[in-house]
Amino acid sequence: MEVRQPSESASIIDIAGDVTSASEDVLMNAYGRASGAGVTSLVLNFGGLDYMNSGGIGLLVTLLVRAQRQRQRILAFGLSDHYRQIFELTRLDDAVGIHDTEHEALAAAGAN
Amino acid sequence: MSAEGRTEAEATARADADEEIREELPSGVSPGEAREGARDATSWAKNVSTLEVADVPEGAVNINVEGKRLASPIQGFGKMWQKTYRVRIPGERVSPTDLIALWKERFPEFWPEGNRFHAPLTGISPGEVALINAALPGGMKLSTGVMVLYADEESFTLMTPQGHMFAGWITFSSIAREGDTVAQAQVLMRASDPIFELGLALGGHRQEDRFWEQTLTALAAHYGHEVEVDTQVVCVDRKRQWRRASNVWHSSAIRSTMYTAGAPLRWLRQKLGRGSAGGKSTA
Repeated sequence: MEVRQPSESASIIDIAGDVTSASEDVLMNAYGRASGAGVTSLVLNFGGLDYMNSGGIGLLVTLLVRAQRQRQRILAFGLSDHYRQIFELTRLDDAVGIHDTEHEALAAAGAN
Repeated sequence: MSAEGRTEAEATARADADEEIREELPSGVSPGEAREGARDATSWAKNVSTLEVADVPEGAVNINVEGKRLASPIQGFGKMWQKTYRVRIPGERVSPTDLIALWKERFPEFWPEGNRFHAPLTGISPGEVALINAALPGGMKLSTGVMVLYADEESFTLMTPQGHMFAGWITFSSIAREGDTVAQAQVLMRASDPIFELGLALGGHRQEDRFWEQTLTALAAHYGHEVEVDTQVVCVDRKRQWRRASNVWHSSAIRSTMYTAGAPLRWLRQKLGRGSAGGKSTA
């Protein structure tokens, strides 16, 4: 997973491939790299996501808790319609701001 | 696994395969979406706003499921826990996919006595709702349920509705490891409300651990294997979400107690022929 920092206050994690419970080390490592000093918003780019199962959703909940502890917001973009529905079904959308594009997500994070 | 683990050769092969797939797809559909759709088509439940119980089995009570929303750990009140229960069964006795197939098919049989899982008629399949009668300390009976959130050949996940003792989900999975088949139940949860949080602190956690340990012991025993369950408990978040304290309004414990207390009155009303039973039980 690639990490980009388009502004001082926001980082983007480009998620690629599968997200399952086996992805924990990779995702948490990316979170560690994305979560530098001054970062108040983490933006997850799901444009490269191939597949996610319930273990992957569990990982995102854990990531959310870690981010909230650091007083960081989580936003997302690039979700297919299918995974948008999964976010709604699992009520992850209560805590993760979902946007259509990177530009919109960064604007919502106040990082444009 | 994740994409960064791929070699250049794998990436090239994937690009070639994508090109072949692309030729057969309608315009606007990417190979990734096609792959995702194929793998996900039958694994995830369809999106629903509230739960509906198609059939109420004989003896089940549907007072805390119908019309409720699902609740993830985000919507729960208490500390957040990840609990993992694991047994290893010799690989020659069962493969991971066969174990999951059997676990899905005979899920209620492995539950400890005194608790009933009323499996949907169509079995453990995505979107199905199951009703549960659980035994609590003090002889109290709790009526609740779960929805099958996800199910494939290697795992299945049950998610809880509002008012359940915890907000979250349980994933049952199996993998092959070092010649063994590992069966695992993993709970990701927060107590739904302050009353359940107190109950968990006063022995509820231990009772829950025993519940899943007994379940996995019974599963291993089915394959003629006696084994101790490996239990790992991690507190993911020690903070309680006080803004969710009002979840107590949906508490299945309170509603189940009131339903039980109202049984004589319902019986009397039925006897006098003044109306139907107040709840939705078939009992």
